[in-house]
Amino acid sequence: MSRRRLRLLLFVPVAAVLAGVLMWGLVGLPSFGSPPHAYAAYLLKHEVGQRHVTNIPSAIVFDYRGWDTLGEELILFTSVMGTALLLRRGREDTGERPRDKAASAAVRHAGAFLVPVVLLLGIWTVSYGYLTPGGGFQGGLICSGAALFLWIAGSYRLHRGLTPTPLVDAAEGSGAAAYIATGLAALAAGQAFLAGFLPSGTVGSLLSGGTIALLNWATGLEVAAAGVLIFHEFLEEYIQTVPNPSPRQEER
Amino acid sequence: MSVYPYVVAGVLFLAGLYGVVSSRNYIHAAVCLTVMQSGTYVALIALGAVSGGQAPITKGAQPGKPMADPVVQALTLTDVVVSVVALALMLALAQQSRRRGGTLDPDELARVRG
Repeated sequence: MSRRRLRLLLFVPVAAVLAGVLMWGLVGLPSFGSPPHAYAAYLLKHEVGQRHVTNIPSAIVFDYRGWDTLGEELILFTSVMGTALLLRRGREDTGERPRDKAASAAVRHAGAFLVPVVLLLGIWTVSYGYLTPGGGFQGGLICSGAALFLWIAGSYRLHRGLTPTPLVDAAEGSGAAAYIATGLAALAAGQAFLAGFLPSGTVGSLLSGGTIALLNWATGLEVAAAGVLIFHEFLEEYIQTVPNPSPRQEER
Repeated sequence: MSVYPYVVAGVLFLAGLYGVVSSRNYIHAAVCLTVMQSGTYVALIALGAVSGGQAPITKGAQPGKPMADPVVQALTLTDVVVSVVALALMLALAQQSRRRGGTLDPDELARVRG
């Protein structure tokens, strides 16, 4: 019997038990659409008064549960480091990078138009992250999408040239470091780690939030750099399989 | 009807688990793991939904309408981004397995030495 078949045979009874327990637990949850539990009700009622931030999930991510978000950030950081280390180590250096180029003029023009639009959308999503829907996590990923558009619209050389690896590596590290530094600054100000020690500002203005705004930007930087680093590593893998186009094609 | 979203979450989780167990390909297993994770997102967001509610953002909110649970939304939004990065790590492992062992099949890789 193959290992796979044995595994599937073992899976059937185990999955049946797991499905039973899982469904039992899920069915026992408060019914769908019922009012929020006490913790959420407290936050909904008092968050704006306490933190002066109109996007309540952002206030939770970067303030009330700022410690959990630090954990998430470190998972993100180590995953990206692991990806980069794994892919960089096993790669044979072929020296010359192949020249690839977007073949279609429509792709080139639409892509070139979308690069600044996507970048601006990402920065907007980060900067208004604590006022309206958005935040460092979402906006950061959108920003990294702009780097991908550089490859789609231009070439791999352009993509790597405009996002130099040392800069992206440094942004990734300093995003994570800025998050921890904000937490330590709260300690230095005589408060708990990651406590909001800066003035909260006026509700609904870009200057509101205090440390929430700082942590939001630190996260945006880190997530954007993480996305770009992942694109670098996987595109480098892909690009090695692209044959060099003949010189005639390149002249066109 | 009020348990229906939770059942969807449970089915997604189990379907992903079956995919991971029966997988013949690391890339397939990685994608199945994200299907499992999606089950947890559905469970979390369904738990936070309020009937007739609105997003928990006070700027531009309609007065009088109840707001959805912001805690589970905060949990989900950080995890969505982290799951993308974790998927990248798994794909990097698959790539290494192909390069070093010459295979993406978990069972065949167990027989590869060194």
